[in-house]
Amino acid sequence: MNLEKVIFGFFIILAMTLNFGFVIGDLDNPVHHDSYELFFAIVVNLIATVLKFGERTQIGAIHLASSFVADLQLFAAAGVWATAVYLTDTGLTPGVTASIVSLAAGALAANVLSVIMLLVETVMFRR
Amino acid sequence: MHSSLFLILRRMRAPLIFLIVSYAVSILGMTLIPGVDANGRPAPPLDFFHAFYFVSYTATTIGFGEIPTAFSDAQRAWTIFSIYLTVIVWLYSIGAIFGLLQDPALQRAMRGNRFEAKVKHLGQPFYLITGCGETGVLLLHALDSRNQQAVVLDIDPARIGELELGQYQLDIPALTADARYPENLIAAGLHHPLCAGVIALTNDDQANLSVAVTTKLLRPDLPILCRADSLDTAANMASFGVEDIVNAFEVFGEHLAIAINNPGHRLLYQWLAGVPGERLAMPMEPPRGKWIVCGYGRFGKAVTRHLDKEGIELVVVDERPAAGHEHAVIGLGTEAHTLLEAGIEQAAGIVAGTHDDINNLSIAMTARQLKPELFMVLRQNRHANAALFERFDANATMQPSSIVAHEFLSLLTTPLLSRFFSLALHQGDAWADVTLSRIAAVVGDTVPEVWDLELSKTHTLAIWQTLTDGATVRLGDLMRNPSNRQDTLACIPLLLKRGREEVLVPDNDTPLHDGDRILFCGEAHTRRQQAPGLHDYNMLDYLLTGNEAPGGLVWRRLAQLAKS
Repeated sequence: MNLEKVIFGFFIILAMTLNFGFVIGDLDNPVHHDSYELFFAIVVNLIATVLKFGERTQIGAIHLASSFVADLQLFAAAGVWATAVYLTDTGLTPGVTASIVSLAAGALAANVLSVIMLLVETVMFRR
Repeated sequence: MHSSLFLILRRMRAPLIFLIVSYAVSILGMTLIPGVDANGRPAPPLDFFHAFYFVSYTATTIGFGEIPTAFSDAQRAWTIFSIYLTVIVWLYSIGAIFGLLQDPALQRAMRGNRFEAKVKHLGQPFYLITGCGETGVLLLHALDSRNQQAVVLDIDPARIGELELGQYQLDIPALTADARYPENLIAAGLHHPLCAGVIALTNDDQANLSVAVTTKLLRPDLPILCRADSLDTAANMASFGVEDIVNAFEVFGEHLAIAINNPGHRLLYQWLAGVPGERLAMPMEPPRGKWIVCGYGRFGKAVTRHLDKEGIELVVVDERPAAGHEHAVIGLGTEAHTLLEAGIEQAAGIVAGTHDDINNLSIAMTARQLKPELFMVLRQNRHANAALFERFDANATMQPSSIVAHEFLSLLTTPLLSRFFSLALHQGDAWADVTLSRIAAVVGDTVPEVWDLELSKTHTLAIWQTLTDGATVRLGDLMRNPSNRQDTLACIPLLLKRGREEVLVPDNDTPLHDGDRILFCGEAHTRRQQAPGLHDYNMLDYLLTGNEAPGGLVWRRLAQLAKS
């Protein structure tokens, strides 16, 4: 067992599960989507991204790319949230909530891809 | 790919993760700890937006204060914690990243990347030179002055540093790397389509050998020029087909023998194979008679072999009794009695050829005291001792580095020149003297430029067009001045090579054929003056006939109409 692989897998899967937890619920209902969950999703995603830095393989490059996509989507979701609540007086209307959640759902797709690649990699190099 | 980028990213993992975690902890705390309103009643904690804002300016030590409202004591306690956490982690991360940029391994990787990129984008043919010691620098300067690109590998970072500081017109990519490893040669452009040849110049025979083997295996089509300090290595290299091997000791031995028997040839060589722009060497005229050779190492053996071949009487002085020569005296040669025993009184010349500069100078000074008019040949091993040798002012000083550089230069820039020298050796001294005076008439007091002219469609379009028209072009026509055809350009054709046929100093009336190769010698500006006649059809027409021919198709047609 390789401790590095454990930590790597842990963060990638945690990024996906947190992201999933945030997305699940009614699309436009702000009560179903907790800001802490989004916060942790962002933090864990960032850590996962940094862990993927410096991988020289082709699959490592795709890993990193999917992480960047997830980060970007989550940043966009947080940005929309901050804009709606603090920078303008719109508040968390169903429309705003829907766009936040759908952005986060996009990140979820990228995170799912990451986990799939993690599995593929593990199956490919059975050691 | 960019290995240095990966290295940076890999090493930045830890600092970045510390940074992210410390921010996350601080932000999270601020969103959980209740605040206080203006009346001292509990208020909701900061939201994520304001918490991120607060931590951002606190972590970077900007510190705007308690925004948006005054904090509760609990919040202040958390702030103390987050200040110490984030500020320390922030400083650590920045420090780690800056330290990474200063890392020698990273810097080396970045230099390697830059070097590879530079080599990859070279747009003109280049020589791959391994080893940039004294020989390499001399050769580089000469190549540079001829606008010939080179790529340099050397194992010593100090030499590469000197190269980067040196005054070169061209940007010469250089890397500190061991040429014995094939990947370094490949990085230096061994597989590059414009690589014109490999020159192995290191002072380590084994390294030169491995460069030669690598090149022969990976790019069998490339010419290789190798320096070899021992006969064994030279034979080894020749066994797998290295074309040009230069052994400085052999070359000097041969030249010394030539200089004793045919001084004119020696001077011819010095004039034509020198670095253009240097002052012309004075004739060296070593006397015939008995010679003493001190030091029977690689150099001594080479000298005695060549002098023996010329039938010159020799006495060898060496410390070891098994000197292997019939007339041998045991001793260093630095003491008067050894030299007297070797018969210095009857000798015409002495060669101080040990591997120690100070011993060589000591031999020469002893010999000068015993017999001041003796012709002296000194071997100089270290460039650093140049001042001493200059002061001593021997009749000839043998410097391996400059001999190898000159040999390589003539092999590289003008392959016909070495043919010229070997043909010239069969001519008498009288011929050499006539040629020397002809050269002296066209050049000033500096080493002339020697150039190779190939008559072909790609190199000399105008001549090719004229020859395919059926007209005759004579050698003399190439030496007419484009500004006035009655004037002759100040240059001399040294050799004409047509297939297997070779003509030494061809006549000006010789008709030229497509595919001929001609070796010219003259001053640099003469070569430039000659160029228009080779490429411009109308200019050549003027040189041949004196007609100022009209250029374009319409004008030519009009001229024909006017004629008819």
